[in-house]
Amino acid sequence: MRHAKVRDASTSVNLTSPLFARLNTEAKLAVFAVQERAILTWNAVRFIFARPFYGADVIQQMNAIGVDSLFIVILTGFFTGMVLALQSSVSLQTFGATIYLGHLVSASMIRELGPVLAGLMVAGRVGSGIAAEIGSMRVTEQIDALNTLGTDPIKKLVVPRLIAALVMVPVLTVVNDLVGIFGGNVIASLSVDIPSSLYWRTVWDQIASDGFTLRFIPNDFVQGLSKPLVFGGIIAITACYQGLTTSGGTEGVGQSTTRTVVTASISILIVDYFMTQMLLAFF
Amino acid sequence: MSADSASTSDSPRAQRVRAAIRRELRADGAGEESVGASPVIALEGVSLAFDRPVLEDVSLEVYRGETLVIVGESGTGKSTALKLILRLLVPDRGRVVVNGRDVAGLSFEEALATRQHMGMVFQGAALFDSMSVFENVAYPLREHTSLSDDEIEARVREKLRFVDLDPDHVMDLLPAELSGGMKKRVGIARGLANDPEIMLYDEPTSGLDPLTTATITRLIVKLQRELRVTSVVVSHDIRSANRMASYIALLADHRIAFFGTPEEMAASEDRYIQDFLGGL
Repeated sequence: MRHAKVRDASTSVNLTSPLFARLNTEAKLAVFAVQERAILTWNAVRFIFARPFYGADVIQQMNAIGVDSLFIVILTGFFTGMVLALQSSVSLQTFGATIYLGHLVSASMIRELGPVLAGLMVAGRVGSGIAAEIGSMRVTEQIDALNTLGTDPIKKLVVPRLIAALVMVPVLTVVNDLVGIFGGNVIASLSVDIPSSLYWRTVWDQIASDGFTLRFIPNDFVQGLSKPLVFGGIIAITACYQGLTTSGGTEGVGQSTTRTVVTASISILIVDYFMTQMLLAFF
Repeated sequence: MSADSASTSDSPRAQRVRAAIRRELRADGAGEESVGASPVIALEGVSLAFDRPVLEDVSLEVYRGETLVIVGESGTGKSTALKLILRLLVPDRGRVVVNGRDVAGLSFEEALATRQHMGMVFQGAALFDSMSVFENVAYPLREHTSLSDDEIEARVREKLRFVDLDPDHVMDLLPAELSGGMKKRVGIARGLANDPEIMLYDEPTSGLDPLTTATITRLIVKLQRELRVTSVVVSHDIRSANRMASYIALLADHRIAFFGTPEEMAASEDRYIQDFLGGL
């Protein structure tokens, strides 16, 4: 990218200074990267419905993103649910309100912790893997080989990963929610002496208390599942973009994986806030 | 750089004159089956620059069944010429014509379709490392044909045998389990799978020992003789270039410094060409 030289005698800031030139360049690069991601996203979404379909690749990616991430998601969900119940029970005991433990754990897990934790876990485990795989393909000319063999790399590489992430991150979130709430149940039974039947009844009371969409779908589920859908898209697009734009050999592959994890994780947390604001306005 | 008048073209006009002479020679019967034919590949006054010039006013023509070898120092734009032919890049000025069509005017989908008639062998072979040798060679067939599994296997075996590999021995191996020369040969087999009209090679002999280099060179010559495939080879290896080339183009300072037969190049008295040949 060229360094634009800005000359503006009417301002007191020296616009030709190296610092300004660098800021100018960085800002342009940032805007360019956003634009490139937007184009990649648009093309990937458009190609979901365009031939050829790579069904086997989608299944393979679902396995890599979903099944292979199951253990880490179960582990984090279980311990997060237990910690949440443990910490909450201390505060609730102060007010003699430990009966609300199921309410608190389920609301926290379904609306926030489940989607965000699953998103962050997948971003770390799968996002880095996708970036490394596609980045390696880029630096070893395999992406060029796809092009020369008449295959669109976006259709072959990006679309299957996007579809798999859009499907599997919500599935992992459901697993995370269930295991987290079960972890809360373990603490409720062992440390707080709340019977399991009471705990699960309060969990359901919480889910039902927020109302239903289309009469059957709890609003908590709508909130809890719309987020991971977006997070899945963020992870897949960020990882594929970083992979496809990798340069600089194996060192570049390492940088791409790091950038993927950092960018996807930060994006998930920021988007989570704005989605929460928006969803609370509707539900 | 100076150039001897007989064989060196240092201006676009001179290159065009030479191309016209070659066409006339063919029309007179000197060019075997390409009498009156138009070039399969033509670069017409092509210029391309990124931060600095990569190619400047380059004109080349390759006719059916010919092998053009592009030689030159590193960084003079040799591989870029291949990417222009594949339409992975589009020139800033000039035209790249493949089979009579200006590739810059093709849509992305049309360019993908055009590439199905070309085979490309990359410097590092660029085999898909998650796929076996069989899957690599079968890839273009699965992508672009409706052949049955049995037909695909038969075709893959045929192509592997053509490049002197034993299908039963290598088909199930992963690229990581192959030697450098075997990777190159599998790359050629993959490029040939769709029976392309045009083969492009980016440094096909780089990093190989002399015996393997000779094998790869022999293969490229065999392709030209037996299948009449039109080929463009980018190479540093002047000895191999002399064996396989119908014509050699020497790129220097991002321009065509010489275009002619290997014999013309060897006979050239141009200082740069002699230095180039002597240095290799």
